[in-house]
This record gives sequence, structure tokens and C-alpha cells, in this order.
Amino acid sequence: MGYKIYREKFADLFHELRASYEIYAPVTKKDKGMYSDTDLITYDKVESFTEIVFDKKTFFSPKEIVFPIRQTLFYFTEDSVLEPTKLEKDIVIFARACDINSFRSLDAIFLQNGPYEDPYYKKLRQRVKFILLPCDGFENCYCACLGTNITDNYSAYVDVRDDAVYCKVKDAYWKGLWSKYGEESEVEPRYVSKNENTFEIPQKINNSIFEHQMWSEYTNRCTGCGRCTVVCPTCTCFTVHDIRYDDNSKYGERRRVWASCQIDGFTEMAGGHGYRHKQGERTRFRVLHKISDFKKRFGFQMCVGCGRCEDACQEYISLKNCIHKISEIMAEEEKV
Amino acid sequence: MIRNPYMPQEAEILKIFQETDINYTFRLKTDLKVKSGQFLEVSIPRIGEAPISVSDFGDGYLDLTIRKVGRVTQALHNLQPGDKFFIRGPYGNGFPIDKLKDRRLIVAAGGTGLAPVKSLINQYYNDSLEIKSLQLLAGFKSPGDILFSSELEKWSKKFPVEITVDRGSENWKGRVGLVTKLVADLDISEVENTMVIVVGPPLMMKFTTQEFVKKKISIGNIYLSFERKMSCGIGKCGHCKIDDTYVCLEGPVFEYSKAIQLLD
Repeated sequence: MGYKIYREKFADLFHELRASYEIYAPVTKKDKGMYSDTDLITYDKVESFTEIVFDKKTFFSPKEIVFPIRQTLFYFTEDSVLEPTKLEKDIVIFARACDINSFRSLDAIFLQNGPYEDPYYKKLRQRVKFILLPCDGFENCYCACLGTNITDNYSAYVDVRDDAVYCKVKDAYWKGLWSKYGEESEVEPRYVSKNENTFEIPQKINNSIFEHQMWSEYTNRCTGCGRCTVVCPTCTCFTVHDIRYDDNSKYGERRRVWASCQIDGFTEMAGGHGYRHKQGERTRFRVLHKISDFKKRFGFQMCVGCGRCEDACQEYISLKNCIHKISEIMAEEEKV
Repeated sequence: MIRNPYMPQEAEILKIFQETDINYTFRLKTDLKVKSGQFLEVSIPRIGEAPISVSDFGDGYLDLTIRKVGRVTQALHNLQPGDKFFIRGPYGNGFPIDKLKDRRLIVAAGGTGLAPVKSLINQYYNDSLEIKSLQLLAGFKSPGDILFSSELEKWSKKFPVEITVDRGSENWKGRVGLVTKLVADLDISEVENTMVIVVGPPLMMKFTTQEFVKKKISIGNIYLSFERKMSCGIGKCGHCKIDDTYVCLEGPVFEYSKAIQLLD
């Protein structure tokens, strides 16, 4: 069902929604950008409709809403192990199609991979509803190449234009709320149909790519800072750490913390042995996971083409250029 | 509330056996059902958690042979019989017992790599593993690093056990050299009916396996056990992933024909 709602009315609707949900959306953090005097556009909990930034891509993805950077798994007392029990409201996330699609990858790892569901992820994930945002594409995006430019997985669609908000509501529970504030109107989501960057994602990548000299360039350029994995909406790796409280060492926590395959220590075991010491090898590991390994296991691409890894890279390393290079190399091999 | 797979359970230490200067076997009181080649996540609250392979098991107990090398293992070595620590698991596939049936088996182990195969060897020693024959090749850094000395002694009375050390000592009268040399010197009868298990440090596994291939053992008859950093053991943390494979889920034991496809 579609609705047209005037902005002031939508602010009221938003206010009513906020009574039942924690709402996360793109916001501006003044002067918190990557360079001096630049703002950071990122996800955060919002109190009012006017805080939401509709026309810019966020630097960080919404994944930390369901997969926090640091998450307590257990609290330790002297003689017990306790699970966190905090109960919270349901969650609404304002997101573009690529970001909504990125949750499929998170779900695959946390809910499908291996014999168990991850209870910490599930607890947050099952509370999430999406409000889809329209998208006209941004710099470095290539979602249309991956089919992640469209989605059906949303409860409502919201497009702010001029003095009104054009909405489509799929969630039966929400229709009453929307009809209270707006008039019925024909609304269909607006998606990117073609990005500025268009290229083929290689269907099959041979193991010969492991030995290819293309990776030495990344050994030279990549500094191993891990930004690409931090901003990626589909990176899910974590390390488990125990801590003890300073004021009482008999108490502490077991936490998981985001980990990065690009940073030293990712594969290192007690005793010092590790794998993939060169940054080129780490880049290869990351890139192949995003466009090949994951797909072999789960049947769909992990990468959603948001281009955040490229936006964040201080060495201007481009995943889309890397994918393009792999495609060319594989095509060349086909010919031989 | 769904079952929390990260929740560890407490287990009491029944006994501690010193194997070498830095290797100790902890016998734990537990009813967990494990298979040879599987591993547990072992933890001490407020210190940390680490994957450790099960070295042996029996009615109401299992053994973990632990080397004092990291934060968790250091802390474990401060514990005494009667103390408790935490475990969860078992995880991983373990050795393919069904594929070994009625075959000749050669086990090549390097250093602490002997721990994950110990229970399998003991099953053969106790006549509960249906294989035609067993031969053990074990390599250690030095005579002081030899694990399970009394078992090796006991086993050698029933089946061929060859031990070599990288560096000898004054009193060492045994062989000096790498495990690869032991393999090179083997005279393998019934090549097609021979299965091989290789466990040890990455380089040892690589070269030992290549040596077995030279001996015409089919790559489908060789099994390797991988060791990787792991933070979960259940396919979530991502540390042990290679290609589309998770060592904690599909491994740690891999047929060599699969293992050669797993490039780092």
C-alpha cells in the first residue's frame, strides 16, 4: 500500500514509531570525518525524523546494530558464568537495498554456518525491521553488477521529496499507522538500475590466481590498517577475549571483538605460527572471500557492491578494480 | 532461550601427567563423547579460551595434552588435580575410522602432533580399531621433547614404532633426522591397501606428505590434521577459513586430495 504524507505529519508518525522501536538511520557527526573539517556520515540511533541524512552514503555500515564492535558473551563472577539478559525494544533500520541485502550474508554466517545458530546475533537480528530508502547510486558503488540493487526485504519504503514523504508499506501491522497520517498514493521503490561502474563479476576463479603477480601490487600498497573490513557491511570475523576488571580481578567478562583478516595476528597461533604474512596475500584472501569463496558455500555473493572499502582506503585500493583485474586474467586464461 | 553454544561447562582435573618440560597431560572428569582427532575449546574465565585437541579418552574421562606456549595454556599449568577449568565441544570431524577399516595404517607425527593421534593408536593397541596393521613414525625436536615415552615403549612391543629427533644428545642412541627421512626409508608393502595419517607442524606435514606421495600412496589415502587459530569452533569467527572451507567444521582432518586445494 502506498501513501503520501506531508513532512510535518511524517514527523508525528516517526514520533509514534519511536515509542515502540529503537530507530537507526544515517546521521551526520560534525567534524568526525576521515579528514580534518569533514563530517562523518554514519549509522546511529535517531530521536527525530529531521536528524536523518537521506542523500549521502554512510561511511560505516549498519552491521554493528546486530553485530556490535564489542559484545559481552559472558559475565564472570568468582564462581559463576552468566549470560547478558538485557531486554530491549524492537529495532527499525533505515537502509538502502545494498545494506538490507548485506544482512543476508550476516545471516548466512551467524545463523546457517555450522551446526548452531549464534544466539547473540539472533537475539538482535530477530528484532529488526527495515525501512527501505531510495537510491540513485554513489561514487564507487557497483550494486547492479551483483543484483543487490533491489530487495523485497523491507517493512516500509520511504522517499522524501520536496514537502512530502512518499511511502510504501508492506508490514500489515504498520499499515494502520501510515493510513492515519497520509493519503493513499501509488508508490513503488526507486532503485539504481545501472551504476557508473559496470563490470562483470567473474563466475569462476581458478586457483591459478593464487600465484598471479597481481597481488604483489597490494603487498606494496596496502598498509594492513583493516579499514576495508571495518566498514564492510558483510565482514563478520571476530576474536574472543577475556578481560578482568581492574577494581576486582575475580570478576570479568568474555567478549567478542571485531577481527580483520588484513591485520597482523589474524591467523597467528600460540607459539607464533601463522599464515598469509604479506598484505597481497591478505588482500587476495579478502577479495576471494567476497566474490568467490562465500558464494561457493552459500550460493550467493557476499559482496553487495557498496564500495565502502574503497571509500575508506587511505591507499585508494579499489575492490572494483581488483575484481575487474581478476575477470580479465580469468578471461585471458580461458582463451589459452 | 535457544541453547548457547558458547556456554562452557566446568570439568575437574583428575590427574596431571608431565610429558616434557613444557608439555603436560590433563586428565579431566567428563562424560563428553569424543572421537579421535576432535578438539575442545578450553577456557579459564578472565584469562581466555583456546582450541586444544583431545589426546585420549575413556570411560568418564578425557585427556588434553597441553603445551605451555600461550596465555591460556600458561594459566592452565598453574592448576592442580581437583581444580576445575572450562570446556565446550567436542568440535571437528575427527579421523575417518570407517575408511581405515581392514587397511594397513601408517601414522607420521611431528612433535605435539602425536597428541591428536594418540587415542587412535591406543585403540589399535587395545584391539578396538579394526585395521590390518599399524606403523608409527614420530619425530621430535630433541630427546627431551619426546612425548608419551612410556606409551611409545609399550606400543613398540606390539607394532613398529620409529622415533627420530632433529637434534640428538650425548645419551641419545636413536635416530637423528627428520620424519621425512623415516618415510623415505620405508619399504611399504601393499601400497594400495595403505592409509596414511600425517599430523604435525605445517612444514613437517607438507614435506612428509610429499614423501608418501613419492612412495606411490594415493592422495585419497592420506589424511592430514590442520591446526589453525580459532575463536569459536562453530563456524562463526572466521579465523580458520580457507577458501570455502572452515577447518573447525569440515576439518581439522582432511583427505590430502582436498588439503592440496586449500591454499592460504
